[in-house]
Amino acid sequence: MYNKTIAELAKGLRSGEFSSVDLTKAFLARIKQHNSLNTYITVTEELALQEAQAADERLAKGNAELLTGIPVAQKDIFCTKGVKTTCGSKMLDNFIAPYNATVVEKFNNAGAVMLGKLNMDEFAMGSSNETSYYGAVKNPWDINAVPGGSSGGTAAAVAARLAVCATGTDTGGSIRQPAAFCGITGLKPTYGRVSRYGMIAYASSLDQGGPMARNAEDAAIMLQTMAGFDDKDSTSVDLPVPDYMAGLGNSLQGLKIGLPKEFFGDGLNSDVAATIEAAVNEYRKLGATVTEVSMPTLKLAIPAYYVIAPAECSANLSRFDGVRFGYRCENPADLTDLYTRSRGEAFGKEVKRRILMGTYALSAGYYDAYYIKAQKIRRLISDDFKKALSEVDVIMGPVAPSTAFGIGEKIGNPIEMYLSDIYTIAINLAGLPAMSVPAGFVKGMPVGLQIIGNYFAEDKLLNIAHQYQQITDWHTYTPKGFE
Amino acid sequence: MSLTADEVKKIAHLARLGIDEQDVVSYAKDLSGMLDLMTQMGDLDTDGVEPMAHPMDQVQRLRPDAVTEQDGREKFQAIAPQVEAGLYLVPKVIE
Repeated sequence: MYNKTIAELAKGLRSGEFSSVDLTKAFLARIKQHNSLNTYITVTEELALQEAQAADERLAKGNAELLTGIPVAQKDIFCTKGVKTTCGSKMLDNFIAPYNATVVEKFNNAGAVMLGKLNMDEFAMGSSNETSYYGAVKNPWDINAVPGGSSGGTAAAVAARLAVCATGTDTGGSIRQPAAFCGITGLKPTYGRVSRYGMIAYASSLDQGGPMARNAEDAAIMLQTMAGFDDKDSTSVDLPVPDYMAGLGNSLQGLKIGLPKEFFGDGLNSDVAATIEAAVNEYRKLGATVTEVSMPTLKLAIPAYYVIAPAECSANLSRFDGVRFGYRCENPADLTDLYTRSRGEAFGKEVKRRILMGTYALSAGYYDAYYIKAQKIRRLISDDFKKALSEVDVIMGPVAPSTAFGIGEKIGNPIEMYLSDIYTIAINLAGLPAMSVPAGFVKGMPVGLQIIGNYFAEDKLLNIAHQYQQITDWHTYTPKGFE
Repeated sequence: MSLTADEVKKIAHLARLGIDEQDVVSYAKDLSGMLDLMTQMGDLDTDGVEPMAHPMDQVQRLRPDAVTEQDGREKFQAIAPQVEAGLYLVPKVIE
């Protein structure tokens, strides 16, 4: 059962081969069995079984949707009413969300079954899932390797078949890089495509939720449910949502692919490079043409990101003050002590580092030199992409410079960790949609191909990924011990 | 560019963020490393470039001034660390 896609499961649920309760029980048992991967922070067993029962009734009535009765999981950054929502932090270890995120509400309306809340880097700040208050997540392909981050719990859970599919969020690569490291399919939509309401904010001008699944078709089904204008999110974009399933079968004959030379320079592991080149060759077989494009300002994406994201994070995380919700220190001497100690005791080191960086960048006398300068560079990076995407239909390249690195390998050197996000970060600055698609293995570890499209071209990206998955089988591999 | 331990403490105070004395030096080192990275931004001439705050250059949307949310005080205060008579409690600030 766990190796089936959403469409296959939906068929089984309708033919009576199994019920949603059967399916949910099977996944709950699997989650227990593979507890050592540490993918879930909270398993909502009772709620899941109730939802499964309701889904079975809905299926019997004949008004079910594709996701009805399908066991999914939510990254623990999405608020779930009545269910602990931690964002991977001690700060929110006692936080029972009083409302649902729009994304959660949409899955509920579709009749999906929520198995639980998935582990993640603290407040989505990290590229390895090692900054979580709840401990590192293990990569099912090698338990000594990281699953990537920040949506590491999601990627590992989907790869190990501990959920059919699950949500992620991506501020600088947090859907794509873990999807690549764990060999699954992930899509970061255009900024504004998926509502951010109830999605705990890290860097508001960059954050975007999206689907993480076994293949492009499942991602399309998820995005169909997740996408759309939301009044409750002031940056939500009011554009109609296309039918993402309808275009999956379109031919790629004549597709123009651009390869930025800056994505294939120093720092890229040569085996990963060869894997990406092989994937691009598959696209040639599908009728695509390939040209080189240039992103001269790409190298400044990391410095610009590490000004803008921490600046926004320092403002967003000021709401955690020990007064209204979340952690409060014992016996505060005065109000300043209450703020300082509650925050000091409940935030982890990486979160503190970024709050400090952001506070500095926004402080008097430095604002123009750092924040405004970074926003100007952001425009130039965005212009580079616009120019390239006026010459080609999509841009392709690696998601990450290497396959998953070892747990503990980079956590002591934050700058080195930041530099490993070079191929993903610029896309968030530009606000473009991008996917990570399984493209092969290097020494037994998965490699992700990144496909970057124009604004709101999610349908095209899904089509391009789906066509590749018709002639390759990298997305069907299951890690050993999880078959 | 490098930050001193005192500067780190000053920034931490601005952010009302407690940091352990023994960690100050490592934060100073990490932040200095990040600032070094950022000096690369100076290599690029950005005169006349409009700063970009939103990928679609969208401006804040306005809505009619209508009631959309009901009072949720009890619901929200149920998860607060300390409340009394509908008020959030903090240490005394006025003598």
